[in-house]
Amino acid sequence: MSELKKKATRESYGEALAQLAVTNEKVIVFDADLAAATKTAMFKKACPERFFDCGIAEGNMTVMAAGAATCGYIPFVSSFAMFSAGRAYEMVRNSIGYPHLNVKIGATHAGVSVGEDGATHQCNEDLALMREIPGMVVINPADDVEARAAVAAAVEHVGPVYLRFGRLAAPVFNDPDNYHFQLGKGITLREGTDVTIVATGMLVYEALQAADALAQEGISARVINIHTIKPIDQELLIKAARETGVLVTAEEHSIIGGLGSAVLEAISETCPVPVVRIGVKDVFGHSGKGAELLKEFGLCADNIVSETKRALTLKK
Amino acid sequence: MNAQDKRDLQRTANQVRKGIIEEVYAAQSGHPGGALSIADVITYLYEKELRIDPANPHWEDRDRLVLSKGHVCPALYAALAIRGYFPWEELKTFRKVGSRLQGHPDLNKLPGIDFSAGSLGQGMSAAVGMALAGKLGKKDYRVYAILGDGELQEGQVWESAMFAGSRGLDNLCYIVDNNNLQIDGSLEDVCSPYPIDEKFRAFKFEVININGHDFDEMEAAFQKAKTVKGKPTVIVAKTVKGKGISFMADNAAWHGSAPNAEQYATAMEDLKKIDEALA
Repeated sequence: MSELKKKATRESYGEALAQLAVTNEKVIVFDADLAAATKTAMFKKACPERFFDCGIAEGNMTVMAAGAATCGYIPFVSSFAMFSAGRAYEMVRNSIGYPHLNVKIGATHAGVSVGEDGATHQCNEDLALMREIPGMVVINPADDVEARAAVAAAVEHVGPVYLRFGRLAAPVFNDPDNYHFQLGKGITLREGTDVTIVATGMLVYEALQAADALAQEGISARVINIHTIKPIDQELLIKAARETGVLVTAEEHSIIGGLGSAVLEAISETCPVPVVRIGVKDVFGHSGKGAELLKEFGLCADNIVSETKRALTLKK
Repeated sequence: MNAQDKRDLQRTANQVRKGIIEEVYAAQSGHPGGALSIADVITYLYEKELRIDPANPHWEDRDRLVLSKGHVCPALYAALAIRGYFPWEELKTFRKVGSRLQGHPDLNKLPGIDFSAGSLGQGMSAAVGMALAGKLGKKDYRVYAILGDGELQEGQVWESAMFAGSRGLDNLCYIVDNNNLQIDGSLEDVCSPYPIDEKFRAFKFEVININGHDFDEMEAAFQKAKTVKGKPTVIVAKTVKGKGISFMADNAAWHGSAPNAEQYATAMEDLKKIDEALA
């Protein structure tokens, strides 16, 4: 797997938008002076008349998109996750979520892998913020193939969608010829019987590597990719809890409110088994290279291996 | 405007005011002061200005109105009922469980509502988005947004104004309900947004100052706004909070409180006298 090509999901987002510029005349794109970084500039190049740079004013941008959505357009609104979900939270909640408007929020630079910019720009809270808005779909794709499919699915879905993309180049492990994205459905990437590792986004590939390493030691780890954090695939998670008796969650997000919390909520009534949550443990990030920070915060295969072994000791 | 038209508008505005009092009294909750201050402007818009079809509230070429100061929706609801969007009797359900007449307007519940607004500062951005969509789709509809003068304290108002001004959105018109009172007192006592007109001029708006209770001035202002090319317009309407009700007029205490039975009777008597004077 070390030979896989790498690509940042924000690049995939930009390419998918550029394709939509040609295929869907209802799609319009808003950005807040970050088009070069969020990659919405690719849409701008393909279709400048339907691209609107709003300047550094994310609250206004978010609600402008809502207004345009009431007129039949399908707006994508982009900034860094910190500002899309954080700064503009109340605008998303009241002006997109409450009226349930057909706006797609394409947030890039999520998590600690933003790197050098440091804690002010490393949003580890966006999944929690967006997940609690009624009717909001929350998607966190794992690689290039999944990110493009997620954008296409977001356009098909009528209603608000939050899409989370990363800054760092990530291994492209999905096979485009055999990949099928279904909103709200998790993907079992490895069968396993001893434990289930449930991962999202950048951590899915790390989970696969961890499962390979665990297999070397005779541990059979199931790996589930949860690209749609909301609505979450409760059926698949309960099945995994029943069949393997213990879960490990892995996400580049706070362990409060993100995938880990969503998994706990999904199984708690029907099949409560021990769940070990890997994520950012209620702290802020700091400056450094994105890849270094992922390791430092335990968002890597090595830590998934050791936490999975610890999880097995909790299994009843 | 001829005398008959003006009298008709004044009568309709008085009917809107009766609706406001009925709604807030029935709910024992709501915001009569600001609803009464903007009642004349809302009456003019719904009776004379807006290109709308009550039988087809989602008509895509209709003019849009965003009531950004959504808490004064009793005025909007009364004007919509008069235009036939829903029965007048429904006003008495305002703010009650199961009602389509929410405490702040909901576009999914009630026909005639163009945006779910009420979190102050956001409605203008929605209006700018609608105006932008109109330009993109080569539509000739116009977009109006009504905001409070206290609402000018929200930074997002100026984010939207900067965008609208820099894009020259001449299909857009803001109306500021300048009643000079907010919950905690006068604008100057709380945090002065003055001078309002100079600020908007600096944001590349055409600025028109009017008396917000004078239908001749309204007619002239809205007509002029339609002729302005290459920039948005703001109409700064000087108004009296609580206008029309003797004990509510120019009194911040009536921003968000409901009359009791005795006060309700006095208020309806005040409005009856206005009707009689117009007869």
